Amino acid sequence: MTRKRRRLLLIFSALGVLGVAAGLVLFALNDTIVFFRTPSELAAEHAVPGTRLRLGGLVKDDSVVKQDNAHVRFVVTDGGGEIAVNYAGLLPDLFREGQGVIAEGTLEPDGSFRADTVLAKHDEKYMPKEVADALKKQGVWKEGEATR
Amino acid sequence: MNPEIGHYALVLALAVAILQTTIPVWGARAGDAALMRVGTALAIVLFGFISLSFATLVSAYVQSDFSVLNVVENSHSMKPLLFKITGVWGNHEGSMLLWVLVLSLFGALVALFGSNLPATLKANVLGVQGSIATAFLLFILLTSNPFIRVVPAPAEGQDLNPVLQDIGLAIHPPLLYLGYVGFSITFAFAVAALIDGRIDAAWARWVRPWALAAWAFLTVGIAMGSYWAYYELGWGGWWFWDPVENASLMPWFAGTALIHSAVVMEKRDALKVWTILLAILAFSLSLLGTFLVRSGVLTSVHAFATDPSRGVFILGILIFFIGGSLAIYALRAPTLRQGGIFAPVSREGALVLNNLLLTAAAAAVFVGTLYPLALEAYNGAKITVGPPYFNLTVGALMAPVVFAMPFGPLLAWKRGDLLGAAQRLMAAFGAAILAALAAVYVQGGGPVLAPVGMGLAVFIVIGACVDLAERAGFGRVPAATALARFRGLPRATFGAALAHAGVGICLMGIIAETSWNAERIIGAKIGQSFEVGRYELTLDRLEPRQGPNYRALVGVFSVRRGGADMGTIESSKRLFTARSMSTTESGIRTYGLSQLYVSLGDELPGGAIGVRAYWKPLVTLIWLGALIMALGGVLSLSDRRLRVGAPRPAKKPKPAAVPAE
Repeated sequence: MTRKRRRLLLIFSALGVLGVAAGLVLFALNDTIVFFRTPSELAAEHAVPGTRLRLGGLVKDDSVVKQDNAHVRFVVTDGGGEIAVNYAGLLPDLFREGQGVIAEGTLEPDGSFRADTVLAKHDEKYMPKEVADALKKQGVWKEGEATR
Repeated sequence: MNPEIGHYALVLALAVAILQTTIPVWGARAGDAALMRVGTALAIVLFGFISLSFATLVSAYVQSDFSVLNVVENSHSMKPLLFKITGVWGNHEGSMLLWVLVLSLFGALVALFGSNLPATLKANVLGVQGSIATAFLLFILLTSNPFIRVVPAPAEGQDLNPVLQDIGLAIHPPLLYLGYVGFSITFAFAVAALIDGRIDAAWARWVRPWALAAWAFLTVGIAMGSYWAYYELGWGGWWFWDPVENASLMPWFAGTALIHSAVVMEKRDALKVWTILLAILAFSLSLLGTFLVRSGVLTSVHAFATDPSRGVFILGILIFFIGGSLAIYALRAPTLRQGGIFAPVSREGALVLNNLLLTAAAAAVFVGTLYPLALEAYNGAKITVGPPYFNLTVGALMAPVVFAMPFGPLLAWKRGDLLGAAQRLMAAFGAAILAALAAVYVQGGGPVLAPVGMGLAVFIVIGACVDLAERAGFGRVPAATALARFRGLPRATFGAALAHAGVGICLMGIIAETSWNAERIIGAKIGQSFEVGRYELTLDRLEPRQGPNYRALVGVFSVRRGGADMGTIESSKRLFTARSMSTTESGIRTYGLSQLYVSLGDELPGGAIGVRAYWKPLVTLIWLGALIMALGGVLSLSDRRLRVGAPRPAKKPKPAAVPAE
């Protein structure tokens, strides 16, 4: 093989690998991204049950019910709408009523939400950014209030 | 010490950094040896001033000097001494100061140990280092000054985020920074060589130790971060594909590609242009990581309280260095002379494949990490790219890399014999099939990928041994000769084999943990027993305890297996009074290479407490494998060919050939 043909081979194999990688990335992105929604957005768009979502908002006051088999029910609200969440597992350390939360899971046919992951904010000063933005849009939460 | 001393030292450091950026580079242009030599002194002085500044901040923390805002916000007088010290970098300002401290340390090391470098190259390297230091010192002084005073000084501090009050904070960030910032040296070498317009095999030989050291530190830093998250967050996960983790993984992929392509450049004088690009990319991705973590565009445990002006400033630094270096690259790269040619099936070819796939994996992680940010900026849609995306893309791109890994070292340079390599790997194939069959037997139905993966992992580990045995000539020459040859193999060869075996060991841990772990979540009452995996846990008692700055509720579990007593596990929840925040301290007990993991949840109605228990088979191999990889890097670093024999390209093109290469 001449130097030129070898270089061409190298370039084509590089393009091949890049092509495969790009295809993989597009395929995986198409299949696995999860959208963020708030309760009022969900109410407005009649989402299909079974869709995987991240639900964000505030944990409604006095809505948390803990069962002795470590199942938890709570309500997520953003001022404009609310949705009941079922979760089998341990809540994060920073989960509190009246505070921001993100639940990842699927919508059930009865309109409730089954979460398999629950994330709460990491420290006193900070609320999940998506939640803060969504609440600002709803006018529930204002800049500088409680969370900086 | 007076905090103003630290502040003043930082301003002086900025002045020194500006001099270091200009004088040596000017000297190199003008061919003035005296000006070039100034760079050496300046780099050491820079390190001195930044160390003084850092020491001042540490002393303010140790003495709980609450007249310093940074100490007030992140410390508490009751905090244990270790966490007072580690709290210095448990916040934005302090961690940036650590960043430049590490940067100036590497600059000083080049100044001290770079006496074998050509004067112009050394001057330019120190100049580029100086410019990075200038940018980040400006950033600290203008937007993130840790020495700001507060009047009147409060009596007590607000304490450090309890999640960070852990020995992990003493280990993970410094190691990670040594890795991240270590790539600034390879970056500086790349840019200096482009400025110089001269790049040869000797360049690769000078760069390789720095790349190896940075890579080894980054590997351990990532592994320690993973273990910390594993035991601290209480979810039993060791990798979350969190954007911040991805930010450290991207330079790791680029760095791994770099240490391999530098070998080709050093030995065969090929892939020059590509190696230079990788050196630029590795540090660019480190800078990108710094931007992602420090700018607050991401929400993460690593994003301390944020401020938009900082994000813009770091973005400016990012654009200047990445854009500038790529511009010089585009100008100068075409003028570089291409070196040796090689057949597609050859050691070079295998390393090219490794490089292509590693960079593709870095690109896939890059897309997955930044796509949500780009989409939100574009149309406001909020999405998450989660673990399924990364598992699929990185998994599919890494599978051929790990499969090809044992073949690479067995192929000859220039033109290799794939069939011959496959024949020599017969033992490894056999072991892999046995391991896969054993895995099928153990799991008895279940995911198909697990036995395949186990086989692959064993293939890599045995393949690494076969490589060493082949080089020594075991089976071909008398055992005594082979043993003598084995002892005589260069340390770099052992290092490479060890690092490859580490990959296999890490893979074993990953596959065993993800395929065969057992999880149990229940509400347990005192005296209640439950099973997880083959173990039976009993909640013996719950007791309150008082720590220095927290109150804890400790659950004591006794462990039995098949009726035999296997000891106890203590798992606790801590309530930190200063911030009224609680943390989970999971209880972990190691049995052989596997672990039993218990974390406590909330108290439930009826006197029960939420308990999450996991059986994690072979999980420790994940981190042990990473440590072995890094150890391989260190062993390779200690090779006398890298330490001694100052390479002088003009006189002696290459040392005597290594046996069996």
